[in-house]
Amino acid sequence: MIPELQAGGLQLAYDQRIVVDDLDVKVPPGRITAIVGANACGKSTLLRALARLLSPRKGAVELDGRALHSIPTRELARRLGILPQGPTAPEGLTVLDLVTRGRSPHQTWWRQWSKADEMAVHDALAATGIADLAGRAVDELSGGQRQRAWIAMAVAQGTPVLLLDEPTTYLDLAHQIDVLDLIHDLNRNEGRTIVMVLHDLNQACRYADHVIAMKGGRIVAEGDPADVITAENVAEVFDLRCQVTTDPVSGTPLVIPMGRHHTS
Amino acid sequence: MATKTLSPKSGAHFRLALPPLSGQLRPRLITVCTALASATFLAVAWAVSMGDFPITFTEALKAVVGIGDPGTLLIVQELRLPRAVVGVLVGFAFGLSGAIFQTMTRNALASPDMIGFTQGAGTAVVAGIVFGWTSTVSTQVLGLLGTFVMAALVYVLAWRRGTTGYRIILVGIGLQWMATSATDYLVARGMQFQAHAALGWLTGNLNGRDWSQALPLALTMAVLVPAALALGRLTRTLQLGDDVAIGLGTRVQFVRLALLVTGVGLVAFGTAAGGPIAFVALAAPQIAQRLAGTAWPPPLAAGLTGALFVVGSDLAAARLFPMELPVGIVTGVLGAPILLWLLIRANRAGSGG
Repeated sequence: MIPELQAGGLQLAYDQRIVVDDLDVKVPPGRITAIVGANACGKSTLLRALARLLSPRKGAVELDGRALHSIPTRELARRLGILPQGPTAPEGLTVLDLVTRGRSPHQTWWRQWSKADEMAVHDALAATGIADLAGRAVDELSGGQRQRAWIAMAVAQGTPVLLLDEPTTYLDLAHQIDVLDLIHDLNRNEGRTIVMVLHDLNQACRYADHVIAMKGGRIVAEGDPADVITAENVAEVFDLRCQVTTDPVSGTPLVIPMGRHHTS
Repeated sequence: MATKTLSPKSGAHFRLALPPLSGQLRPRLITVCTALASATFLAVAWAVSMGDFPITFTEALKAVVGIGDPGTLLIVQELRLPRAVVGVLVGFAFGLSGAIFQTMTRNALASPDMIGFTQGAGTAVVAGIVFGWTSTVSTQVLGLLGTFVMAALVYVLAWRRGTTGYRIILVGIGLQWMATSATDYLVARGMQFQAHAALGWLTGNLNGRDWSQALPLALTMAVLVPAALALGRLTRTLQLGDDVAIGLGTRVQFVRLALLVTGVGLVAFGTAAGGPIAFVALAAPQIAQRLAGTAWPPPLAAGLTGALFVVGSDLAAARLFPMELPVGIVTGVLGAPILLWLLIRANRAGSGG
């Protein structure tokens, strides 16, 4: 049973600054959703609210009809995982130790390494392809390996819903594709609901089943990438003129930006 | 039994069927703790048997449990033992408290003597000495009040939609300098005799400690040490940052407040008994971390390192120098080179700080 994550009448603010107002959103269960938009459009803020890292000022986020704040945080952590942007591990912490900590919501004082813990950690290391790095310190890894280790921690947590805030930031192109392929596998092989904030529209089109385009704290368009990523919508969301063609590899929309110096 | 051995650095996992216990064993950490505890025991035994009136090692141990002639019993039970016990307890409290704050804020500089708690005690005690309150209130009580007031100020001023480790450090450093300035002012305007007494307290001293200092500290620690060690498990997620910790189901604000209360309690009662013995809370957790090869300051090993550090320094202060020095001077002189050596060695080995 895949939990349903949705929010209604959300108002999100930092101190006096309202970032998102009166927003409704429903995450398609068992699918990959990408949230896109210009900087400061509220996409990370929305993700943080969906992950209960930020309490809404109005409205509520609900998991299977229950408001997040009414669910005990440990119970919630067994059903909904979040990998924030740019997390840091203590110097010298091993990959195995980091991934093991993903099991925290399943552990008690006396039971800190159950059979389920061991299998989840083992499977997470295998799924992310870093089993041979288990004994290495996280801070000694390359950026791509490090991001895989953090994703492995979130995978070991074993939640049916997984939220990721810009999982490809600071990675080179090859590693970006690597991480996105991994996320795709998690969804297709294990049926997990994925919601991620992405910067690259073409990657969002390729990897997401559902795209949410935001501007100024509002959802401008959402749905199938082919319907959402159009020249008109990109112009509105990013204030950027572009042409949209078809990605010759995946058949999904491909955005070609124009700018001031290159026009057709 | 599915015992699985992974890399030595991470230790081995274990799982028992009955009782249903499972977890992780870190052989190196266990070895380090055992060695530190043994060394502390030897240091205490040495401290009890050595002195102007030498007592043999066995005589001293017998006297501890109440066997021996009245003279030996008096020297051991009323003079040397309480001093050594206060040293062990204060050192353990400082080391453990330092580990708590460094873990909570994810910063090695965030020990209680860097973020104002100890200086708060100093200001209160010096004010008591200079204004003559010490005839009605003991320096112990003043030290406790100073620490608690300071800790409450740091917590309240660092609060903005919750606290963060970073804000606690910044606010703590600011308040630390205010307290230090206030103390300096009080010492400067005090009479010569008062200023001397104030400076004596500010250095940290175990001279003339008796059971009246050891007992309140021992009782407090009987509660706070188990609490701190139990909270240690919750810091495993906190070490990954607040957002990750919340995502893993940790009640971050509650855990941080519980850690703060525990750490402040330890440092407050420790300071009340021994004065602000320099450098122990900062260095002991870092030394323990490097000895144990962990990625965080291990709480139990940090406490044991602190205990050995203070008792060893007090022995050195009494025996190595032509005149008897306050322990607070020696901890800085001995501790800094040990920490620097460990840091340099770690850098050479390529494992970083």
